[in-house]
Amino acid sequence: MTDQQSLSLRRDSLSPPLPSPGSFLEEVMDATPGDSRLQMCIQCGTCGGSCPSAADMDNTPRQIFAMIRADMREAVLRSNTPWYCVSCYYCTVRCPQEVHITDVMYTLKSMAIRDKLYDDSTAPDFSQTFIGYIENFGRSFEFGLATRHNLRHRPFQLPSMVPMGLGMLTKGRMDLTPQRIDRVEQLQAILSRAIELEVTG
Amino acid sequence: MRKYLFYPGCSLQRNARAYLDSLMAIREFIGTEFEEIQDWNCCGATEYVAVHHLAAHALVGRNLALAEQQVNGTRTVMAACSACYLNLAKTDSYLRQDAHLAQQVNTALAAGELHYTPGSVRVRHLLDIIVNDVGIDAVKHKVVHPLKGLRVAPYYGCMIARPDRDNRWDNVEHPVALDRLVKALGAEVIDFPMKTHCCGGHMTQINLPVAYELIRRLIHGAAEYRADVLVTLCPMCQLNLDAYQGEMNRYFHTNYQVPIIYFTQLMGLAFGLEAETLGLGKEFVDARPALGRIGIELPAAEPEAEPVAAQQPRRKQKEQGLPMPRMPGSEEADA
Repeated sequence: MTDQQSLSLRRDSLSPPLPSPGSFLEEVMDATPGDSRLQMCIQCGTCGGSCPSAADMDNTPRQIFAMIRADMREAVLRSNTPWYCVSCYYCTVRCPQEVHITDVMYTLKSMAIRDKLYDDSTAPDFSQTFIGYIENFGRSFEFGLATRHNLRHRPFQLPSMVPMGLGMLTKGRMDLTPQRIDRVEQLQAILSRAIELEVTG
Repeated sequence: MRKYLFYPGCSLQRNARAYLDSLMAIREFIGTEFEEIQDWNCCGATEYVAVHHLAAHALVGRNLALAEQQVNGTRTVMAACSACYLNLAKTDSYLRQDAHLAQQVNTALAAGELHYTPGSVRVRHLLDIIVNDVGIDAVKHKVVHPLKGLRVAPYYGCMIARPDRDNRWDNVEHPVALDRLVKALGAEVIDFPMKTHCCGGHMTQINLPVAYELIRRLIHGAAEYRADVLVTLCPMCQLNLDAYQGEMNRYFHTNYQVPIIYFTQLMGLAFGLEAETLGLGKEFVDARPALGRIGIELPAAEPEAEPVAAQQPRRKQKEQGLPMPRMPGSEEADA
C-alpha cells in the first residue's frame, strides 16, 4: 500500500467530528449548501495568508472560524470580514482541509443581514439594492444601482464619480432604463417560494 | 458548426457590449453557433447569495431549467462572463451533490411550473470552448494579421479558474489556456504572475480605497512587465480595471495607462476584422496608441474628438494623460 492510499484510507475511516447540536457551528454548516467541511478547520491560517483583503478585515478568516467554534455568534456577525470577502476563492482552493470558505462567508453575510447585526450598512445595502432590481425586473440595472447606492452611501464622493458615469452613458455602456424579462411574475413566484422555504426548511 | 446554448448575462447587454459584439463578430471564424436561452434572468452575481442562499440557487435554477427545455443536439451552456459561468456551474454542481437542496430548489421552481434535473446541462466558459473545442490550431489558421510586437498581459481574474469543482482548468492559480490562445494570435505573451489575482470585485461599491489598492496591484504589475494591453475575459474585471483606472491614478498620484480589452476583441483584430465591429473605442483607457504601434488603425473613440486627435502625433497624445469622457458640446465649453 502506498503512503497516498494509506493516508486517504485513514482519512475516510475517521468519521468527521460533528458539530454539537444547537451550536453556532452547526447553524452555519446547515445554512451552507453542500458539505462546507467547516468543522475540519485546523487553524493553519492559509486562508488569511491568501486573502487579498485580509489586511482590511476586522478578523482574518482563520480567526472567524475559531470564533464560530467558540460560539461567538454576535461577534462573528458584527465583523466586517464576510463583507470584505471579494469572492476570489484563493482560500478555498488552498485550504488543506478543503473547507468551502467563500461559501461560508456568503452564509455569514445572509445571517448578518437577517439578524441586522452588521453596523456599516454600505455592503448589505448594496447587496439588497442589487437584488431588489433582480426581483423587480429579472435583470440587474447598473444605472439605478450606481446612482441610488452612491447617493445614499457616499454623496461626497459623487462628484468624482460623475466623469465615469457620463463616460459610461456616452460610450453606450449604461442604460437609463432597466431591461425587463418577459415572465417576471414567474421569477417572482419562484423566488418567493424559495424565501419561504429558507424560513420553514 | 458547433452549436451551444448561450447565457449572455446582464453585463454583456450593456457595460460589456464590446465583449458581446466581438464574440458575435468572431463566431463564424471559429465555427460556432450560439442559441440564446429564452427569457433568461440575472445570475445574482455575488450579491443574491449574500442575502438569500436558497433563493440564490432558485434564481440560477430558473436559468438552468430554461436551458434544459432548449436542449436539442447540444446540452452545453456557454457563459462568457466569469461570474455568470461560476454561478451557473456552482448551482448545478451543488444540486448534483446535495439531494435535499435539489429537492428544495425544485419545489421553488414548481411555483413557476419549471423543473431542473441536476446535471442535465453542462456549463462551460467561452474560453474553455475556444481552447478545447475549437482548438488553438484552428484559431491560428484564421489569423491574417498576426499581432506581432504587441505585449499582452493575459488576465483571467478569479471566478473562471476557481474553485473549479469540475476540473476544467489546468491550474487554479496559474492557468495557461489564455496564454496559449494569445500566443497563437502572434502577440508576445507576458508570463503575468498576477493573472488570477482579484480585480476588486464588488469592493468598488463597498470600500473604494480597498478596491483601488487591488486595482493598483494589477495595473502596476502589468506596467512593470511593459504590457501594451491587458486582456480580460470577464466584464467585472474589465469594468474595474478600465473605468476605475483614472480614479485609482488620482488616488495614488500615479499615471498608469494600461488599456483593458477583451480577448475576443484581440482575436477579431488578428482575424482582420474592423475595430468598430469589435466594439473597440468603448474602453476608458484608450487602446488606440497601443494598437496603432502594431499597425492597427482604429477610428476615434468619440466622433467629435476626431479632428483634435488627428492633428497630434500618437506619442504626444499619450503624454497628455487619460482622455476624459466628452459630452456633445463640451469642446465649446473647454475653449
